[in-house]
Amino acid sequence: MEFKEKLLSSFFALQEAVSIDDNPLIEERRHQAFKTFEEKGFPNKKQEAWKYTSISPLLSEDYVIFPRGQVGIHPNDVKKYFLYEMDTYKIVFIDGVYSPFLSNTHHDGFDVNLLSVALNQKKYQKTIGRYYDRIASSKESLVALNTAYAHEGAYIYIPKNQDPLSPIEILHFSSGDCAALWLQPRNLIIAEQGAEVQIIERHQSLVEHPVVTNSVTEIYAGQNANIEYYKIQDDLDSASLIDNTFIHQAKDSNVSIHTSSLGGKIVRNNLTFYQSGQGINSILKGITVLERNQHVDHSTLVHHAHPNCESHQDYKGIFTGSSQGIFNGKILVDRIAQKTNAFQQNNNIILSDEALVNAKPQLEIFADDVRCSHGCTVGQLDQNALFYTRSRGIPLKEAEALLTYAFANNVLESVSIPILKKHISHQIAAKFGVEMGFGI
Amino acid sequence: MLRIDNLHVSVEGKKILNGIDLHVNPGEVHAIMGPNGSGKSTLAWVVAGNEDYQVQEGSIHFKGEPIDDLDPDERAVQGLFLSFQYPVEIPGVTVTNFMKTSVNALRKARGLGDMPARELLQKIRKTAEKLQIDSKFLSRSLNDGFSGGEKKRNEIFQMMMLEPTLAILDETDSGLDIDALKVVAKGVNELRSSSRATVLITHYERLLEYVVPDFVHVILDGKIVKSGDITLARKLEDQGYDWIKNN
Repeated sequence: MEFKEKLLSSFFALQEAVSIDDNPLIEERRHQAFKTFEEKGFPNKKQEAWKYTSISPLLSEDYVIFPRGQVGIHPNDVKKYFLYEMDTYKIVFIDGVYSPFLSNTHHDGFDVNLLSVALNQKKYQKTIGRYYDRIASSKESLVALNTAYAHEGAYIYIPKNQDPLSPIEILHFSSGDCAALWLQPRNLIIAEQGAEVQIIERHQSLVEHPVVTNSVTEIYAGQNANIEYYKIQDDLDSASLIDNTFIHQAKDSNVSIHTSSLGGKIVRNNLTFYQSGQGINSILKGITVLERNQHVDHSTLVHHAHPNCESHQDYKGIFTGSSQGIFNGKILVDRIAQKTNAFQQNNNIILSDEALVNAKPQLEIFADDVRCSHGCTVGQLDQNALFYTRSRGIPLKEAEALLTYAFANNVLESVSIPILKKHISHQIAAKFGVEMGFGI
Repeated sequence: MLRIDNLHVSVEGKKILNGIDLHVNPGEVHAIMGPNGSGKSTLAWVVAGNEDYQVQEGSIHFKGEPIDDLDPDERAVQGLFLSFQYPVEIPGVTVTNFMKTSVNALRKARGLGDMPARELLQKIRKTAEKLQIDSKFLSRSLNDGFSGGEKKRNEIFQMMMLEPTLAILDETDSGLDIDALKVVAKGVNELRSSSRATVLITHYERLLEYVVPDFVHVILDGKIVKSGDITLARKLEDQGYDWIKNN
């Protein structure tokens, strides 16, 4: 049976497979989304947005869609993926199933909770009605597929002027218990007016086995809210990720999304910002360091729909082996969005003959008083910098490694969580065999 | 220590040096002066081993051995150091980590183990203090966003850390205010010893009042046209390069 058929026929088993809501509104959305996926199916390379990334190689496995209950994982097996000790906020899933044992949720003053809880309990109904599935694009077939099946993920709600004070980690592990696994986590993040939150999201296979994660995250930033969101993509070569993240910003809010793509088989990041008000700042940062046959596709859309807003995109990539990188960055400035300041930068270094980069900036500007700049480079290391480094006694190979590391590491300047900055920096240094010390 | 004989160099097909002769002995400080475009920086780069410059004729010996075939890093291992006129910005690597990588690369090539971290950090701190460098500056990205003066001071900082046998300072004095100039001069003087040598490349005589050279050479159109002592530099300061051209 083709995987699409399996998904379609399994939909009717959803109700029994996972205990889900009987909220008629969500039920309605679910069916709508199911119909969309049934009509459109999986995206293919004939579609402009999927020209450089084919997911068809992923569709030949017989994936398990409903993993059977709890899989026991010893904390020692996953501890190295935690950035903090056990007592900070964590929402941990194993094979898509919530692990209360490894998690540390919170329900007092603000919510670090599960989407399944929010969808099922009455006290969350108002918030769910207001925010759930409001900005995720129902026209995208993979987003629709997620919506049809969505029942679990992180639910984070920070009320007005609240700040959890420490970062919240969302961790998805796959245990290898299922031969092949298809996961569809759904996250809902809301920071109300003046609220602040830092979130770190990671998907990680614990053993080599085919895993595809088709994730949807909706993020709402209220007026003056501050959200920093970090995506760590450093998975095994057997794991693929389709990340669909939608951000809605109210006036004077700041949202930054940092994506560190250091591994995985096929990774597609669909990142969409919608600015709804004046004085908004949207920040998109990306570090991509790939080797072997790894493939990462960053597709960003920033929609400037109001005057006096800013967006800053800075994506850097380093490619060796036969790896492939795609940057497809679209900036849309509505006619009303005067005084927009939109900046987009994508720099790539290719270190092997077989590696490939496709970069496609798209600017659609309908306002006449704006500052929009974009730059895109694909090249090798700077020869002057190489000479300078070598003149200090550092041999060619080490000098190249050091400069490559520096190029990638530079994006980390804006990571404001020191322990995370150090973690990513060490990951990158290790990739290039560069030994760094003194806490970077 | 450094022996340059009849050196002819071109870059991208353009002839820049037309037969340079320069002999530097241990313990000596040489100043090389000359107007813009006379070939001063080219001389520095070619000694440091920049591969964009082709030696067409002549030879460079360092400590008695020809170095024409050595890579820039191998020349550093031999004890050569170039303070760059325009130090390169390397965002993403801190001054401290760059120094650590450099010090240990040199030690490794010389058959020594890594310098213990504590010892290295101490040396870094002490050297920074001498040059009145704020410790915050050590955890900043190398030269990234540094002012002109900070970059030059950082070059001298690196020189003092690496303790080269021969240091070539390419216009390290340009763009410095008098206080920064004094600090730079202090660094250069501190390394002065009977076993080391320094070549100062400069436009102006100003630095030479603080680091008094044993020899002053004037370079014009890729050739050393006059040599003397500090009085030559003072005369140039007074009368300009036209005085040389007309004599």
